[in-house]
Amino acid sequence: MRIKAQTAMVMHLDKCIGCHTCSVTCKNTWTNRPGAEYMWFNNVETRPGPGYPKAWEDTDRFKGGWVYKNGKLQLKAGGPISKLANIFYNPEMPELDDYYEPWTYDYDHLIHSPKKENIPVAQPQSMITGKYIDKPEWGPNWDDDLAGGSEVVPLDPNVQKLQEHISMEYEKTFMMYLPRICEHCLNPSCVASCPSGALYKRDEDGIVLVDQDACRGWRFCMNGCPYHKVYYNWNTHKAEKCNFCYPRTEAGLPTICSETCVGRIRYIGVVLYDADKVKDAASVEDPQELYESQLSVFQDPFDPEVIEAAKKAGINDSWIEAAQQSPVYKMAIKWKIALPLHPEYRTLPMVWYVPPLSPIMNHITNEEELSTDGYIPAVDQMRIPMEYLASLLSAGDTRVIRHVLMKLTAMRVHRRAETVGGIEEFNKSQLMAEANTDTEELEEMNRLLGVAKYNERFVIPTGRREMDDDQYYQQGACSIEDLAPPEGLTFSIGKGK
Amino acid sequence: MAGIFWWVIFPYMTLAIMFVGLLYRYAYRQKSWSAPSTEMFEKKWLRIGSPLFHWGIIFAFAGHIMGMVIPKGVYEFIGITDELYHMGAIYGGGLAGLMVVAGLVILLIRKMTIDRIRVHATFSDFFSVFALLIVSGMGTYMTIIYNTTVVSYEYRTTIGPWFRSLFTFQPDYQMMLEVPFIFQTHIIAAFALFASIPFTHLIHFYSAPVTYPIRAPQQYRSRSQYQKKG
Repeated sequence: MRIKAQTAMVMHLDKCIGCHTCSVTCKNTWTNRPGAEYMWFNNVETRPGPGYPKAWEDTDRFKGGWVYKNGKLQLKAGGPISKLANIFYNPEMPELDDYYEPWTYDYDHLIHSPKKENIPVAQPQSMITGKYIDKPEWGPNWDDDLAGGSEVVPLDPNVQKLQEHISMEYEKTFMMYLPRICEHCLNPSCVASCPSGALYKRDEDGIVLVDQDACRGWRFCMNGCPYHKVYYNWNTHKAEKCNFCYPRTEAGLPTICSETCVGRIRYIGVVLYDADKVKDAASVEDPQELYESQLSVFQDPFDPEVIEAAKKAGINDSWIEAAQQSPVYKMAIKWKIALPLHPEYRTLPMVWYVPPLSPIMNHITNEEELSTDGYIPAVDQMRIPMEYLASLLSAGDTRVIRHVLMKLTAMRVHRRAETVGGIEEFNKSQLMAEANTDTEELEEMNRLLGVAKYNERFVIPTGRREMDDDQYYQQGACSIEDLAPPEGLTFSIGKGK
Repeated sequence: MAGIFWWVIFPYMTLAIMFVGLLYRYAYRQKSWSAPSTEMFEKKWLRIGSPLFHWGIIFAFAGHIMGMVIPKGVYEFIGITDELYHMGAIYGGGLAGLMVVAGLVILLIRKMTIDRIRVHATFSDFFSVFALLIVSGMGTYMTIIYNTTVVSYEYRTTIGPWFRSLFTFQPDYQMMLEVPFIFQTHIIAAFALFASIPFTHLIHFYSAPVTYPIRAPQQYRSRSQYQKKG
């Protein structure tokens, strides 16, 4: 057993209002620089839709993630030898137009235009070439709220897989939001794709980072990541990605996307996992078993054996305590209501999603007369096809989705029964049986999903500072102490060891 | 005296610039050390030009090892006649040279004509492409045309020993005095190009990820590895 800690996130999609505040604050924090204009470490997609970059889930084209072939787990785009053979031209790499050409507007013209018959306009101007763009034709969230409708929706690879026809008529169609950041996977394919070894997973918190010194711009991470969350900066010629706002999480603060989330859909917490089990968990044959096998790598933070192993691995008490209070542990592992995005990529992603339920509840019009079990067909016939959610969150296994939705419905009906009566009937109902839960759990779920405050949603232990430089020595010391210590410059190889 | 300058001082000077430059860039400018790909901006021409150039230059590099580093005696020992060697050199080397030149021309035109790439191309980008074009153009000309029409020059008895003598720090510059002018120019241009490597994007040659196949696929790093003192 080799216990490691992982900082992870859960997003409760029912509460996402698609306001893009997370994207905007993230952009203002991390990617508002030349070369990074087109990057969105966090983006919110309207589903069904092609997403960003366009049709990123088309793994046949981009060859991201892992495949299990001939009894072995291997990179879909090919192992090191084939990568080195393709290093001069990477056939699967997306182009800028798969993202979009970033542009600004010539605002200056509004101020300095000479007097003219017509009102001056601010023309769109490419941030890559500086040239005017006649007509921007694609951008981030071009397809927001199903804009583009029947022309754009079929570009969604999940839609292409669907058996049933998706109706695009206004009254019949469906829509949901999918906010995305880097998944900080347990088995990251970007890391394995990097020829320079510049991408790495941090031991302490599992955050996947790019070493900007070591990155040599071989750009295999761009399509090696099946989620397309590693970007190539055309200005610095280095890869960049979501860093889970590590300067914030190290200080015990949530990431900026979570901090500013208007719908409070995001939860951050620590989970403990056994690093020795990761490879086996990613190597089960049936993609639909990947969800359960991923769950099997996580360790119970209350188990004394696990605690002891964690301590042996150098995880301190505050991290173990955080793992015990972790909202992610509760939602993803204990209650199993949060699911990994595209488990079939075999990267064991660590951003989890509670599937949305909202539209079906609006669908129910006769709630007064409805018996508890009347909700069951409502779930089965919900407006978002269960198959669609399954294609996103459970490698196509609708049973997993159905169970989560039943549980979420049970939680709502339970709360309703508590207020308006009928709790006895509810406890004996078929819904309760299918949700396979108890009232205590539903109460807890309701608390975390509905009323939890900041400190319950974000349980983030601070980064360990005791490993840094001698802080006692540095108290009140000069900021250039390293260059000019009072005792003079000494070479301190092995000093203090 | 000119002989000493061109065949002793100049090679050591340019190599010294290269090594010091490499060390400097490794130590202080690593954030700019990369293979500055423009594949994101344009894929169609890169697909032809880049593999042509890169594989060509790898073959050409191997050819130079065969001609400059491996002594003539070795070939004689294993029974490769002069005729056979030169046939191989002309066909193999000529093909590699043509690949390099054709690739460079495609990449250069691509760099000059495609807006997204041209706008971000720097002086050093163009400098290295032109420098490579001059050196490889001369080399290809020598291999294919000069060797077959003017004189089939046996460089393995003059340039080869001189080149090897550079590495034993006993440079035998007299070997080079009678070498045809075009060969001399090719060598001088090449050494000048070596000196420019640390200052252009050609530096990515020195970070070719040859260790990738043997490292573990997953990389873990600890924050504590950054600790400076105990």
